[in-house]
Amino acid sequence: MKKSTTILYKIGFILDLVGVLVFLALLITGIVLNNSGSELYFPVTNTAFDGNTLVTSGIIGLVVGLIALLFTHVGMTNARMRPAWKRVQVSALVVSILSGNIFVLIASILAILDAKNYEEKIHIVYKDPLTYLDFYKKERFVFKVTQFFVAIPGFFKKIGIAIGRFFKKLGIGLLNFFKNIGVMFVKGSWKTKVSYFVMGFGNMARRQFLRGLLFLAFEAVFIIYMIFMGASSFSRLTTLGELATVQYLQTVGGIQTPVVKYIDNSFNILLFGVLTIFFVVGLLYTWYLNIQQSYTLDLLQKAEKKIMHDKDDIHALVDQDFYKTLLSLPLIGILVFTILPIFFMVLVAFTNYDKNHFPPTNLFSWVGGSNFQQLFVWSNSGGASFSATFGQILLWTLIWAFFATFTNYFLGMMVAMLINKKGIKLKKLWRTILVFSIAIPQFISLLYVSKMFSSGGLVNIFMRDTFGMTLPFWTDATWARITVIIINIWIGIPYLMLITTGILMNIPADLYESSKIDGASPFQQYMKITLPYMLFVTGPYLLTSFTGNMNNFNVIFLLTGGAPKTGAYYGSAGKTDLLITWLYSLTVDQTNYKLAAVIGILIFVVVAALSLIVYNLIPSTKNEEDFA
Amino acid sequence: MKMKKASVFLYLIANIFNTLEIVAGLVLTIFGAVCAIIKPYAVQEIIEGQYTAKYKITQGGLNQMATICLAIGIPMLILSIILMILIKKASKWPRPSVGTNGAVMLIGLLDGDIILVLAGLFTLLARRQDPDMKEEQNHLGLRASRAIGNTFSYIVLAIISVVWILPFVFIVLQSFRTETTSQVGYILPKQWGLDNYLFLFSPDCDFLTWYFNTFIIALACCILQTIMQLMMAYTLSRFRFKLRKPLMNIMLILGMFPGFLTMIVLYQVLKAMGLTQGNAVGGLILVGVASSGMGYYVSKGFFDTVPKSLDEAARIDGATRFQIFYKIILPLAKPIVIYTILTAFMGPWGDFIFARLIAFGDPNGYNVAVGLWSWLSQSMISDYYTRFCAGGVIVAIPVIVIFLFLQKYYVEGVTGGAVKG
Repeated sequence: MKKSTTILYKIGFILDLVGVLVFLALLITGIVLNNSGSELYFPVTNTAFDGNTLVTSGIIGLVVGLIALLFTHVGMTNARMRPAWKRVQVSALVVSILSGNIFVLIASILAILDAKNYEEKIHIVYKDPLTYLDFYKKERFVFKVTQFFVAIPGFFKKIGIAIGRFFKKLGIGLLNFFKNIGVMFVKGSWKTKVSYFVMGFGNMARRQFLRGLLFLAFEAVFIIYMIFMGASSFSRLTTLGELATVQYLQTVGGIQTPVVKYIDNSFNILLFGVLTIFFVVGLLYTWYLNIQQSYTLDLLQKAEKKIMHDKDDIHALVDQDFYKTLLSLPLIGILVFTILPIFFMVLVAFTNYDKNHFPPTNLFSWVGGSNFQQLFVWSNSGGASFSATFGQILLWTLIWAFFATFTNYFLGMMVAMLINKKGIKLKKLWRTILVFSIAIPQFISLLYVSKMFSSGGLVNIFMRDTFGMTLPFWTDATWARITVIIINIWIGIPYLMLITTGILMNIPADLYESSKIDGASPFQQYMKITLPYMLFVTGPYLLTSFTGNMNNFNVIFLLTGGAPKTGAYYGSAGKTDLLITWLYSLTVDQTNYKLAAVIGILIFVVVAALSLIVYNLIPSTKNEEDFA
Repeated sequence: MKMKKASVFLYLIANIFNTLEIVAGLVLTIFGAVCAIIKPYAVQEIIEGQYTAKYKITQGGLNQMATICLAIGIPMLILSIILMILIKKASKWPRPSVGTNGAVMLIGLLDGDIILVLAGLFTLLARRQDPDMKEEQNHLGLRASRAIGNTFSYIVLAIISVVWILPFVFIVLQSFRTETTSQVGYILPKQWGLDNYLFLFSPDCDFLTWYFNTFIIALACCILQTIMQLMMAYTLSRFRFKLRKPLMNIMLILGMFPGFLTMIVLYQVLKAMGLTQGNAVGGLILVGVASSGMGYYVSKGFFDTVPKSLDEAARIDGATRFQIFYKIILPLAKPIVIYTILTAFMGPWGDFIFARLIAFGDPNGYNVAVGLWSWLSQSMISDYYTRFCAGGVIVAIPVIVIFLFLQKYYVEGVTGGAVKG
């Protein structure tokens, strides 16, 4: 049985390999066709393929093929080395179904059936890390890769459990909420019963005037707000207004003049509607709190215990409850200026708020998920589609973030090592020169450099006058992208130099000395000591700097402003636009708020997903004192 | 003894020459590659009187240039890199290898490089003469190799410094140029003068208003933001209450939303409050301060390192939490307080994302960033380019001065923030 498995796996592997090669050939043919502008004619089905189709199918096929190849190989090795490990076979099975490789399919099923005949030795690896040390090099790599893929279902399971737990907690909380309201009404004294309608009465009746007045004031504010703004906005939240303007003729001094009167303003309705929701939730909570406090006071009085008075309350606010005092102001700020607006903008993503639906002259209304649907529509009618543009800009954003992060990281580290080298004098001078460039506001330095390389700038005028030619720094897409990355190095190295200097000095010097005695070259020292240490310590920083670079507005906006613009992109986006600068231009220049909101949400999704995955992978977040 | 000194000295010289050769090879190769890359952008053929160039570059010319440079540069580079490795082994006291010395001498002979031949010869002779003086040989060899390495490092550091400083020197130089106000192709002004600076302070320029606006914003932000952040950081570091973890998680999630997703809502809200256009200063302060509690990470990381036993000791002595914060923690946290103040002060000088939207259309509400940025628009750049440079210099000077004085604290904050994540 085992022999047949191995043979089937081998055949499957060869098939996968052939598939990968075929798709590679397709890709290359596609590129060649694209360059020559001709098409490939396929006589059997009487169809012609152009270069783009071939390139697209080539890339997709290549990716799928490589994944299939990897899994087949992993499955094959494991079927031979540790036949008891069923999970790997299952993942090979799933991938083989996707890639349609029947041999691997059968082989993995056979291996799964076979697995029960063996002891489950492999699970030792999870329990006893020392087993890992017995692996040979290739095996370790394979183990890591499989562990990564095996961990994915568990990861989602963990998230699912967390969500489930949250809802369970919420349900229990709500249940308790209603139960307690009833119980406290029945059991409480008359003072508590009055508190159900006049908030704070229970407190004031026991001479806790401070708390009582606060409760009462909140209730009063709520009632006034609801009467004047909240109720009307909230009731129209479902439609966001029905009538924007009314025109009528007014007779002023015998002359009839048309007058426009604004009725419904969708923006205000939505904003105050959201505010009302927040308010109602807040009121419900304080109302509950007020009843609960009154009820507690009932119990305390019954037991004849001491009741906190205003003076004690105030003292508590600077002592054991000092955190409430400290947090109140920042949290109110965050609630009003961050949470509320984000909530609002998330809702805007489900409306048609743009320049054709701009209050107060026009209304906007709910459109459901149709803005998000646009992301999956690959139509090319009427110019560029939103989905294609989004895909290309997202790709460039990721490429940019990758290069911006890692070029800065490694070059910054090198500069720091250079300055810290033994025997280099004037260390402080070199450092100050670099730090100097941080001190100058970015808009000055970046704008200056941007103009320096522009078509009418210093470099190009010089080039034209002396050599008779100009270079397309900002007008050619590839040039612009590379120039942006290079200038970002100029911006970023000083920061990285500062950060890495401190960490480099923390590496124990005896590590270097003992390795030198063992005959390690400087390069080996770097690869085996410096780099692992740095990666370990700065792992979380690399993640934040990656996501930070994805949202690096300043560099792109000040250097290129997204240029070169292209008609091939939707919404006048340019070839160097990141998602964030695109969001900015959609908001400020295009007044296309609905799509800006969609992009904002998607940026959040990408960043959150990246952070979740990476934080689960990097070691330093799990065990903080692990590095020897 | 003398033999060996000579050998070390000769190899030192050979190494320097070789380093130069590597640099030259590198430059030639890069130059050739650049020629090949920019070929499509050059003039195809010269039509008389089209350009007033000193050297007229055509595609054919670039082609030739690229071929020649690459043909010389690449072999030069490869040869000198090989030679570098050989020299390193050949001059490695106390056991310089005989084979590599021979190889070096051979290359020297073929190359016509007398220094290499002599160096190899002396090394071999010296090696034969005193094989036992390991101590001193070791010392000399180390010193030589370190000297070579350091020379190389200094060269690189000097190049880096020039690259980093040069654009700022350019800005300063351009701000004194008076012959034209537009962009030119040379660096040194032909006529020097203070015209650009005088313009900034003349009544028909809003620069002073902008400067004053920015200063007010920076001052308000650096006081209020610092207070907010420290309050937040201290609480989250020192108190343990039920909502602490959820609060931190919520703020982490909020931080993942792009900052100016909410731009338009805030604009409308501020507009309703009358804090836009001419009154943009108030609006910018409000927005800058309101959400600043979310940037508590760096300070919290610092507070976490202050030992808790201090708090406990003070509590036993009867201090309230407020007194602990004010009298014990705050003085200890001086570096991080200064760091927070410094970053909060520097932020507004470069902020124009939101400022541009809020102050849109009313120069009285601009800050320097928005104002100077508007000078570089397509229609204004030819009149305002040198004035932009002058404005930039004036904006940069106070920030640089403060920054260089407080550099120590900044470095501390940046380093701490990165390590703690």
